[in-house]
Amino acid sequence: MDALFRDHILDHYRNPRCHGSLERPDARVEDANPLCGDQLRMDFRFADGRVAEVRFTGSGCSISLASASLLCEAIEGKPLDEVKAITRQDVLDLLGIDDLGPVRSKCAMLALKTVKAAAYGMATWTDEDLDQA
Amino acid sequence: MSTAGPVSEAVRPTGAAVMDPRLLKAQFPIFATPRERPLIYLDSAATSQKPQAVLDAMNDYYVSCNANIHRGVYTIAEQATALYEDARRRFAAFVNASPREIVFTRNSTEALNLVARSYGAWKLKPGDAVLLTPMEHHSNLVPWHQLQAERQLELRFIPMTGTGELDVSALPKLFADGKVKLVSFVHVSNVLGTVNPVADIARVAKQHGATVVVDASQSAAHMPLDVQALGVDFLACTAHKMLGPTGIGVLWGRRELLEAMPPFLGGGEMIRTVSLTESTWNELPWKFEAGTMPIAEAVGLGAAVRWLEKVGMDRVFAHDRELAAYAMERLGEIKGVRVLGPAADKRGGVVAFTVDGVHPHDVATVLDRDGVCVRAGHHCAMPLHEALGVPSSARASFHCYSLREDVDALIAGLHTVQKLFAR
Repeated sequence: MDALFRDHILDHYRNPRCHGSLERPDARVEDANPLCGDQLRMDFRFADGRVAEVRFTGSGCSISLASASLLCEAIEGKPLDEVKAITRQDVLDLLGIDDLGPVRSKCAMLALKTVKAAAYGMATWTDEDLDQA
Repeated sequence: MSTAGPVSEAVRPTGAAVMDPRLLKAQFPIFATPRERPLIYLDSAATSQKPQAVLDAMNDYYVSCNANIHRGVYTIAEQATALYEDARRRFAAFVNASPREIVFTRNSTEALNLVARSYGAWKLKPGDAVLLTPMEHHSNLVPWHQLQAERQLELRFIPMTGTGELDVSALPKLFADGKVKLVSFVHVSNVLGTVNPVADIARVAKQHGATVVVDASQSAAHMPLDVQALGVDFLACTAHKMLGPTGIGVLWGRRELLEAMPPFLGGGEMIRTVSLTESTWNELPWKFEAGTMPIAEAVGLGAAVRWLEKVGMDRVFAHDRELAAYAMERLGEIKGVRVLGPAADKRGGVVAFTVDGVHPHDVATVLDRDGVCVRAGHHCAMPLHEALGVPSSARASFHCYSLREDVDALIAGLHTVQKLFAR
């Protein structure tokens, strides 16, 4: 099978990193992908302008959950400024895939939308760049 | 139930051989288009493929007589108008209706919105109830949600059994207080494949004086339809699921209702007279066709109807159901695969399923690597999936060009899916 279902992605899907919830988080953001029913909830604890801790729970396809796992792992300990600067390409790089069609792209970018909303202190994040391939 | 009844003489092919899906498939150019691996198309409930005859008809129209209709008096304008109105007459005969009662719309969604906005907003009063079902496509829920807020309507739902059928025994109770003034429901579920007993429900509704609307998006394309036998008041369907083009749908309505209700959209063509401050309406069906209509698409729809009539709608239906039964049998052999909806004899050519431990999107993406196209998601029926207790599903759906080998390819692909996602 090609890159989309490489071991790396299936590993994060089966054994998600940063999985769970935080008690009294500084931010809790929920988002969903109405197209396929992917749902994601992320809890954040911030300290010294950094993401001190992040945990996620959710249900969805392998792409959406693996990107949540990979992204949470990548941002823990990172300054918020750096988190705000994460791009669509960065997520694709984390997943290790070249590109995705517009439909599956929504699955892959759900985690980033959720993270951006938290980083900017908003309820939801709408960004055309993340939506479109 | 009228849906399984004998087909009218008008649609029965004369002297045609028994339907051979292989011969039919050869008339769909998309399957001959060179690609990495053969196209195994199992998403006809989303949109059907188009036979060459439909593409040719649309192209011929543009090449030979493209002109706006009902306006110009020159030759090609007359020809274009004749083609457009011929498509209307052809569709009317296809569903045993009068051409006056056939309104062209953009799709089923627009047809249902037309009923909600023109008939519903005009006729329904605060406190009235609209009866729907949990298996509706969003297109038959959202227009009523919108109207509900405006008109203080109550929405009621015919309950669904565990096997995904409507519980018609609940009808008398739902109508008992006399509040239900309109019933709107799907003929064939786009997820479960359930063929609902339209005529039975319509009979009860009529006894209680309610208007009956049927969403025939999944049935018009697959089975013989007779609006008189169904006993309903409005019927909505769309061309692109019935081998025709996108961009054109049909609303059939009883003439006296269409005459009485106000127009939907205002503009050119739908008027009789216009002054600066007021206007009067054109006669049926043009009163509901504002602006330049999708003319080539209407011609395409007419060609699709002609093509389907030649095949025979009873044959299409039998073929689709046989494939659905075969798919259910093969899916049943795979451990961890769960088929949604009723038994094969209660459904059309739609089979939705889940694979334990694998999200439908992943199922569809892995299948796509083998050229197998299935739909994954909630299929625009979120409340239904909630009732079924699954967030989403994968769906295989058939039309006259679908083959048993397509189902075999699906089954082989599902084994690959399970191997890949096995722990």
